[in-house]
Amino acid sequence: MADENHTLKLKPTASEPGRPGGLELRPEPRRPLLRLGGSFQSGQLATCFLFLPPALLLFTLFVILPILESGWYSFFNWNGYGRPQRWINLANYIQVLNDPIFGHSLLNNLYIVLVSAFIQLPVAMWIALLISDRTRNSLIFRAIFFVPYILADVVAGLIWKYLYDGDYGLVAMIYGWFGQRAPFVLARPGWAMAAILLVVVWKYFGFHMALFIAGRQGISSDVIESAKIDGASQWQVTRHVVLPMMRPVIVLALFFSILGSLQQFDMIYALTGGGPLNSSHSAVTYLYTFGIKRMRVGFGSALGVVLFIICVLVMIFYKRLFMRDRPAGGT
Amino acid sequence: MKLRSFTYYRWLFLFLAAGLCLIPLWATFVGGFKATGDLRTNALGLPKQWVFDNYLSILQGSRFWQMLGNSAIIALFTVLLTLIVSSMAAFTLAHLRFAGKRWIANYLTLGLTFPFATAVLPVFIRVRDLGLLDSLWGVILPQIAFNLSFSIVLLRGFFQELPKELFEAAFIDGCSYSKIFLQIVLPLSRPILATVGVLSLVGSWNNFLLPLVMINRDTLYPWPLGIMQYQGEYGTDWGKVLAFVSLTILPAVGFYLLAQKQIIAGLTSGAVKG
Repeated sequence: MADENHTLKLKPTASEPGRPGGLELRPEPRRPLLRLGGSFQSGQLATCFLFLPPALLLFTLFVILPILESGWYSFFNWNGYGRPQRWINLANYIQVLNDPIFGHSLLNNLYIVLVSAFIQLPVAMWIALLISDRTRNSLIFRAIFFVPYILADVVAGLIWKYLYDGDYGLVAMIYGWFGQRAPFVLARPGWAMAAILLVVVWKYFGFHMALFIAGRQGISSDVIESAKIDGASQWQVTRHVVLPMMRPVIVLALFFSILGSLQQFDMIYALTGGGPLNSSHSAVTYLYTFGIKRMRVGFGSALGVVLFIICVLVMIFYKRLFMRDRPAGGT
Repeated sequence: MKLRSFTYYRWLFLFLAAGLCLIPLWATFVGGFKATGDLRTNALGLPKQWVFDNYLSILQGSRFWQMLGNSAIIALFTVLLTLIVSSMAAFTLAHLRFAGKRWIANYLTLGLTFPFATAVLPVFIRVRDLGLLDSLWGVILPQIAFNLSFSIVLLRGFFQELPKELFEAAFIDGCSYSKIFLQIVLPLSRPILATVGVLSLVGSWNNFLLPLVMINRDTLYPWPLGIMQYQGEYGTDWGKVLAFVSLTILPAVGFYLLAQKQIIAGLTSGAVKG
């Protein structure tokens, strides 16, 4: 073995020392396209000039510039008409950060993440492990659990708005069984957010289940078989083999929960619009209600910047904390 | 014995969970067939008296079709242009060599770091200054722009995996880059194009915040806006609203059944979005 390597390495220099021909032992050229000669160089350039600008233009115009502009606008008191002129320093930021409603909105975002981490993900995992085999029954259940996820958020919101309606829906019916008048869940400050959390779990656990099933199917059955042969019980296999091996998927699922929470808008808009008494805002419904709807561009931009910073920080910390072992850019 | 009780609980649990998933949908669907009094007392059962008017009046009116049409146009252009623009960029970034390539590649993935909502106000101002407010393009163009990052990452990854020998052979035969792109790369990349297409289709079809900000004229409303408007008009006339909701669910469910494979693939490959 060692001998073979040795000869292989020596061969090029030994046979024809100093000649470039010795390089031909390389399995393939390092830069295949560039090597094809100067005449293609111009073709390359032309292709670049043809193929890249649409993406660069759109991306710069509608993604990068707006983000930079929100940094600029955030120092103005501006209603969106004409040019921004009333420079007010950090007043917008101070107002955002001092607004208890904004703090409460962020807290609601945090509730969504917590409910996801401690209720939604465990339930999704449990179900995923029950139906990760490829039998027909499992496939049917999988399809059923995935159905809420394929609905638009607005639709999920409206469906539950009906179910929560104290005069008509499911809640009313259940109270009716006990001869009671149902409360209007979504109209009570203390309850509205809890009601929203339930809808979030209902809507998204199927998504996490699908992720977990994909992760579970990625574990080779050899590992599990050998654990079983070694006398591990079903629970021990799950606890000490399956779950640890699924760590990357779990980390990813929680990451999606955080990301989803930071973007949550449609469902809350449909269910409560952030009310009652601004008790059920998420960060984005807050942004919509107090920035966009009233065309307070400066204030809204400052909010956007704050959200942007939160997103970037969360992502950096999360990646540092949990995703260290994952290869960069991998799936 | 122990095993049997395990499977028993397993089934019980699964059926319970499935029930919780489906009951809201069932209540919505049958709710559209119920009269108001019926809705008050009987949320889950079949209608005591079938009312077809809710569904029929929606299907016979023009409004429902118009907003589905608007959504379809927006989605069609978003998907097509996303695919065209991002595959061209991804091809250049995967197979050509030029100065600043890494910079451009990194630049184009910046979009993965923040959600659209954070930039919505400046995007609104930009769209307004371009005179695209209250037009479908005011929704389409920003949607494409915000799709680019993840599409380019997915497509570029796939393009780089394609066998290099093919390109070399094509070069020797005198193929131009654009010909290679159109006749070799794209046909070989159908699976990833389908994944990207499905992801942007679903995103566009369900998008709510962007059209909410950009579109005022209700003849241009895509369906998520239309459905909220409808609910606003009829308030707690739930029979009508539920019928409307049920009808908008149908295209989504139909599409899911058709493209289940791509949706799940897109979902798991959407992992790069992080």
